Amino acid sequence: MTAAGSPAVNASAARPVPGGRRLPLSWLGIIPFAVYIGCFLLLPSAIIVAGSFVNSEGGIDLSNFTSINEPFIIQSFANSLLVSAISAIVGAFSGALLAYAIVTGNPNGLLRRGVTSAAGVLAQFGGVTLAFAFIATLGTIGFVTVFLKNIGIDIFANGVWLYELSGLTLIYLYFQIPLMVLVFLPALDGVRPQWREATESLGGNTWHYWRYVAGPLLAPSFLGCTLLLFANSFSAYATAAALITQGGVIVPLEIQHVLVSEVGRSQPGLAKALALAMIVIVAAVMAVYSLLQRRTSRWLR
Amino acid sequence: MSRRAKLQIFRVIVFVLMGAFFLTPLIAMFEFSTRGNSETAPRTLEAWATIFQTPDMVDAITASLQLAAITSIAMLVLLLPTMVWVRLRLPGLNRIVEFICLLPLTVPAIALVVGLRPIYVWININLTDSILALAFAYVVLVLPYAYRSLDAGLAAIDIKTLSEAARSLGAGWLTVMWRVIVPNMSSAILNACLLSVALVLGEYTVANLLGFENLQVAIAYVGLVSAGTSVAVALASLVFAFLLLMVISFFGRRRTPSLTAAATDPQYLTAGQRT
Repeated sequence: MTAAGSPAVNASAARPVPGGRRLPLSWLGIIPFAVYIGCFLLLPSAIIVAGSFVNSEGGIDLSNFTSINEPFIIQSFANSLLVSAISAIVGAFSGALLAYAIVTGNPNGLLRRGVTSAAGVLAQFGGVTLAFAFIATLGTIGFVTVFLKNIGIDIFANGVWLYELSGLTLIYLYFQIPLMVLVFLPALDGVRPQWREATESLGGNTWHYWRYVAGPLLAPSFLGCTLLLFANSFSAYATAAALITQGGVIVPLEIQHVLVSEVGRSQPGLAKALALAMIVIVAAVMAVYSLLQRRTSRWLR
Repeated sequence: MSRRAKLQIFRVIVFVLMGAFFLTPLIAMFEFSTRGNSETAPRTLEAWATIFQTPDMVDAITASLQLAAITSIAMLVLLLPTMVWVRLRLPGLNRIVEFICLLPLTVPAIALVVGLRPIYVWININLTDSILALAFAYVVLVLPYAYRSLDAGLAAIDIKTLSEAARSLGAGWLTVMWRVIVPNMSSAILNACLLSVALVLGEYTVANLLGFENLQVAIAYVGLVSAGTSVAVALASLVFAFLLLMVISFFGRRRTPSLTAAATDPQYLTAGQRT
């Protein structure tokens, strides 16, 4: 027995720091973080994923996903995708134009610093505050509406569109354009003036430059930024909630409706299934975005 | 016309159009909130005065400010030691911690709140029904922005050498954190805090769907009764957030190159009030 025990004792005494004990001790340092994340990020996510497969009787099936197939829910998904796509595309083009206007100026000028700072602030602007800003501007008694009415133009001649999808799309542009400026500016900065000079010395004109040189180089970044804008407006909820008080016009409002109404109590899994669908869409879009960003960074510095 | 002249005309048109689009709503908010009761009534600051005569509004403003402070402190206490510890002792976990911290970017707040509801039911019954419990969720919401800010700060200093030097002079871990690492990355910490404050003051989704009345929820409620007052509060909270974020970009300009790179990172910049 002593013969069997002593080599082990000697072996551990020979090593000044027992490797087996060092690892668990340093792992203790991340326990608070791990517990917190477990409770408030991973547990909610697990509740969403697991809960979306639980039907109203407590059994496990796909009934919640079948419920998504209802016409009004499909409609809200279609609306969400439409609003996000239009605000992303219009926002991307307008933002790119603004970014180009900035980049062609003095790189250290006051104008550039002012506009990028303002874009940084405006890209954060959203939610209830933004909805009220537009109600004060384009509401039925808003600043611009009243002003235009006084000079004989009725922007709501065909009905008040501010509280509908078209109004929502317009409002989203208020944070989409600044965001596009912020994310697209680095790509435009990467464009070298020498490329233009090279095109011209080879006999190309402005059209050739944009079609064969700058366009293809900027395309991945532009596409990626458009996707980021899409995910951005697809996840937005507060502006729409403050603006549109009735019905689940877009998916976030549909989730709100299901959560606070009778539907939520009779079929608690439905909100979770809707949330899961949103997460899957946003995660997929963001994954493509980061792929495209990586492709851009290959030639950007 | 030369290409240069055409370019100048293009730039002027773009700046004027964009300027009009972005300034009009701000002007309109001010105009709207200073209207009198009738069309011919003189300009008045009544709506602004009403803010402080609405008890709900005052409560909501107080609660939001408290939440902003609690969230910032909790975020720092939770995140900074973990990030330092992982860099020094568990470098293999760095990517995982980063992935987890950036995860809330791909989970829309409206989706996360669905999973948070059962947890808050439990908290309300067993711990507290105070609005300050929202800070638990807010720490998660600010995680990506705080992480990127602190990450940039940590990248700019050599924490390994600094902490080993301090340790060899006899400092404990608390002293290393508080007297060596924190003072060396104060602008990154300030940045993380200001972003957290801006996000918490603009947060609506989680508070609204968990049934708490914070600043934004109160603005939305008051808006149903008196549009003027809610536009006034909206403008006030907006100006406050603008000032905070202007402070960030002011500090951003004086920082080291690696930090400036982080400041132009798209995801870092989108601490959205729209969430």
